[in-house]
Amino acid sequence: MSVSGRMETGAGMISRTAGTGKSLSRDAAMVYSGAVRGSRNLVSEAAFRRLLRLVGVAVLLLLVAILASLFVASMPAIARNGFAFLTGTVWDPVAARFGSLPFLVGTLMTSFLALLISLVFSLAVSIFLGEYFRRGIASSLMKTVVELLAGIPSVIYGFWALFFLVPAVRFVETKTGIIPYGVGILAAALVLSIMIIPYSASLAREVIGLVPADLKEAAFSLGATRFEVIRKVVLPYARSGLVAGVLLSLGRALGETMAVTMVIGNSNMLPKDIFGPANTMASIIANEFSEATGAVYMASLIEIALVLFIVTAVINIIGKIVIMKMSVET
Amino acid sequence: MKTKGRDLRRRMFFDRLFKGSVIVLSSVCMLPMFFILFFIMKNGISVINWEFLTALPKPMGEAGGGISNALAGTLILILIACLISVPLGVFAGIYLSEYRKVRFTYFSRLSLEVLQGIPSIVIGIIAYVWIVVPMGAFSALSGGIALGIMMLPVIVMSTEETLKLIPDSLKEASLALGVPYPRTILKVILPAGLSGIVTGIIIGIARIGGETAPLLFTAFGSPFMGLNIFKPVSALPLVVFNYATSPYPEWHALAWGASFVLIAFILFLNMLAKLVTRRWKVQF
Repeated sequence: MSVSGRMETGAGMISRTAGTGKSLSRDAAMVYSGAVRGSRNLVSEAAFRRLLRLVGVAVLLLLVAILASLFVASMPAIARNGFAFLTGTVWDPVAARFGSLPFLVGTLMTSFLALLISLVFSLAVSIFLGEYFRRGIASSLMKTVVELLAGIPSVIYGFWALFFLVPAVRFVETKTGIIPYGVGILAAALVLSIMIIPYSASLAREVIGLVPADLKEAAFSLGATRFEVIRKVVLPYARSGLVAGVLLSLGRALGETMAVTMVIGNSNMLPKDIFGPANTMASIIANEFSEATGAVYMASLIEIALVLFIVTAVINIIGKIVIMKMSVET
Repeated sequence: MKTKGRDLRRRMFFDRLFKGSVIVLSSVCMLPMFFILFFIMKNGISVINWEFLTALPKPMGEAGGGISNALAGTLILILIACLISVPLGVFAGIYLSEYRKVRFTYFSRLSLEVLQGIPSIVIGIIAYVWIVVPMGAFSALSGGIALGIMMLPVIVMSTEETLKLIPDSLKEASLALGVPYPRTILKVILPAGLSGIVTGIIIGIARIGGETAPLLFTAFGSPFMGLNIFKPVSALPLVVFNYATSPYPEWHALAWGASFVLIAFILFLNMLAKLVTRRWKVQF
């Protein structure tokens, strides 16, 4: 939703109430008389500015507090598991062995596979919207569809995948002679790729929109076809932004929980191929957190959340800085 | 001369080929949406009736049952989330747009972007650690706070974007009339950007309305109708998740019905957001 939200606010949000014009002047007059009398000023300017600054700092503090409390809450696990937490391949809460490598691998496999599948499509959508159909019926239809896709809740994607995608995958697996689990990394990656297309497509479109028109026009005037302009001017110019967009989509994919949890099959073994069941970092938390007994077990799950938080935070910081830089330059 | 003509034809061919494949690939992207909406329509509509919307869930084995507790729970959670994130978010948005040139603003903005990228399940854990553990029980309050944290960046960013577009002359005029700064912001600038802010809030609600992961171990779910914010409550996405992953076909039917209601709710909010933008449009 956030994506469409930003698209919305970016483009057309130059608006206010039709009636504000009138009430504005009345307000101003009222306020003016109030200001002269000095009775209607509830806050002084200094106090108001202090409040604003406080809120600005609070936003940053919120993030720091999240990091700090994740760290504190996972302390028992960090102290006990040590570095083996990241390299251990056995996750057996009963025997108190907490190795999260299977989930790290599972997360990376699903996310990268999803990214790979969605890449072509989201690039196509962004070129469709950013180059070929900037306005008109085709454009608004595509925009609506992308917004709708972005708005469908994760849990409904998972539900649909469970009853449509999983049988489809199982059917293909039966035909090709692979053990027909149906659920597993492939199914999770497929539903994940559908889910990140709206996000990565709108990021890519934003970046493509930043390419200066005179550059493109110069290429056109030299006789380049539109394909050549896209391939030799638009894409190279937008390259760093596109890479950042892919990175941000990866961040999205890493943390996606519900849809993945529902179709990945929930196996705590190290995944061998893309067809078998597995677990991601997010799905193991969703599955086991409410049943976790014992301080170390729970802290180990929180430690997974901590790792997830740090990875997505770093990815987001890098991605956003690249895109911010790009939009400042143009 | 001849090679030149062939070269041109080749280039034109690639141009057309590329355009064709862009259109085909983009159209393929539309398919999943139609599939999903079709599936939910087909399986969901037949379940929806008055009893489904107003009754409480029945224990396994009994036919019927409804989702009224989940509807009430979702509304409570959204209300709590809004109470937390709207005031904070609007003020943070004002801060970002008023202090554009201050160095620290950059970090505030970046931390909001990071906040927006945090996986929802991590937010759920945070609410668990902050609220559920100290209070010793799952509660609607903790779920609402988790959703509020998720909603915050949406509201801040839409507020900031809206306020940025309001011309400085409006503010200067107000200040020149002797209106104190706080009053200028609250009574002149904010009303002028009201539609953008409201749109942001609606979009934020649409975003959190379908969130499941942060509620798994905060609001937790409950089969009873509950309005107490210190008790666990159910929510639409939780119902979908619990019923969908159950092995019983009767419960799957309920899950389709709940999905239909959830999707309809979210689509309605999106349309409302568009309407607010369109109806209140005055160019500066």
